[in-house]
Amino acid sequence: MSSPSKGGAADSAGKVSVQVSSILHEYTGGESQLWAKGGTVQALLADLERRHKGLRFRIIDEQDCIRPHIKIYVDGRQIGALKATVGSQAEVHILQALSGG
Amino acid sequence: MAKKKATRRSTAKPKASGRGTLWIGTAKGGFALEPSGSSWRLRGPFCLGAKTNDLRLDPRDGKTLLMSSTGGHLGPTIYRSLDKGKSWTEAKKPPRFAKLSPKSPRGKAARASRGQSVQINFWLQPGHHSEAGVWYCGTSPQGLFRSTDAGQTWSAVNGFNHNPMWTKWVSVGQDGTPDGPVLHSIEIDPRDARHMTVSCSSGGTFESCDRGRTWTPINRGIESNFLPDSDVEYGQDPHCMHMHPADPDRWYQQNHCGIYRLDRAEGERWSRIGTKMPKGVGDIGFPIVLHPTDPDTAWVFPMDGTTIWPRTSPAGKPALFVTRNGGRSWSKQNKGFPKSHAYWTVLRQALDSDSNPGRTGLYFGTTSGEIWGSQDSGASWKQLAAHLPRIYSLRVGYPKR
Repeated sequence: MSSPSKGGAADSAGKVSVQVSSILHEYTGGESQLWAKGGTVQALLADLERRHKGLRFRIIDEQDCIRPHIKIYVDGRQIGALKATVGSQAEVHILQALSGG
Repeated sequence: MAKKKATRRSTAKPKASGRGTLWIGTAKGGFALEPSGSSWRLRGPFCLGAKTNDLRLDPRDGKTLLMSSTGGHLGPTIYRSLDKGKSWTEAKKPPRFAKLSPKSPRGKAARASRGQSVQINFWLQPGHHSEAGVWYCGTSPQGLFRSTDAGQTWSAVNGFNHNPMWTKWVSVGQDGTPDGPVLHSIEIDPRDARHMTVSCSSGGTFESCDRGRTWTPINRGIESNFLPDSDVEYGQDPHCMHMHPADPDRWYQQNHCGIYRLDRAEGERWSRIGTKMPKGVGDIGFPIVLHPTDPDTAWVFPMDGTTIWPRTSPAGKPALFVTRNGGRSWSKQNKGFPKSHAYWTVLRQALDSDSNPGRTGLYFGTTSGEIWGSQDSGASWKQLAAHLPRIYSLRVGYPKR
């Protein structure tokens, strides 16, 4: 995974930085660094889904719960629900939890 | 519910003969083992690293492959291939339960979502031969889903999933397989696309005569020694159940508590036919597979279901057992297998037969990643492949040339 950028990562279009790990590269064309619009995690994921079809359902279930082995961080703080707010300069990470064998 | 009309006739018309391709689902992806001259050629892996509980070729077109996939960290999905597994495309809308809404009717008996989320797409089943593109999927937790576009999009069969009896019929929580409770053994009557059965581990077998809108438990006679009352309407643990393709009124079941047969046209009570198995082997196992045309012939692969349930070949000596008289007697088939210290077993989707009625091909995959095959109805066996991941499923299919 590439290193997250520092100190506020909005791009020129007002999108925030979303770093995803390799488990989602199937959906992102191999990219770890994504950009998305939205004031909440829900909105960010909806924006990502428009460009990366199928990504959302692999990490969020049909009841809008974050899947057990997925962790989402906003500015380094793990969030537990999709209604969590995302500031305009936020950095978001979508990572996998340790699991399996 | 009206009984199905008694018909003891052969409806099975094998469409393909010779050795088919073995489509294999493992703990780490899918594989294909193809006939190659007098030998076999292994292809894959497909989706390396993804748990693949089922991988099947559509027998109606010989082209559409569906593969269930659970990505470890990621949620479950289904992949499709139209080029024999060379490339795969994810379903646009994989199976998913309805979202629980604040406006949804509440209570255990409500005909509404109970807020489940699909954890595993466990069992894939092509639909009736007259319904091209129709597939079914059984999930964990126990849900039934239907696709009418060859697996691209899936809809819930809410006659089952939202049935007011659902929470009573099926186990919720920790019961079931080590990976959770599952819906499996989706059987479609070849005479009637509306007539179907599903089985739940645990929960029992359920029958529908209206394409899944209404369901009735059909489990009487099956022991459930893990319940205080051993003869109950539902709550049993079928491991694998099949309607016989040549006589859909004859049903066979490998259950947690033995091997059973039901002649559906004659009633609704199962008879235990595993009592004639050798006492030192017992009649516990996961899979059962049926002869393509003879309703009296079936094979099982017993496992050790004593004491703490090792779930290995009894005494470390793997063997199939075949009945050729509907379960009145059983014969051991182990020529070619290790004679001792082989502590693997065969899971419920991992034993299959081909379409040859004379010298039927039988194939299975083991929990230790081996593929074994027989070209003479189980009389002798050869190892066809080894060193694969734990095998969940093995299905014979005939790709269109």
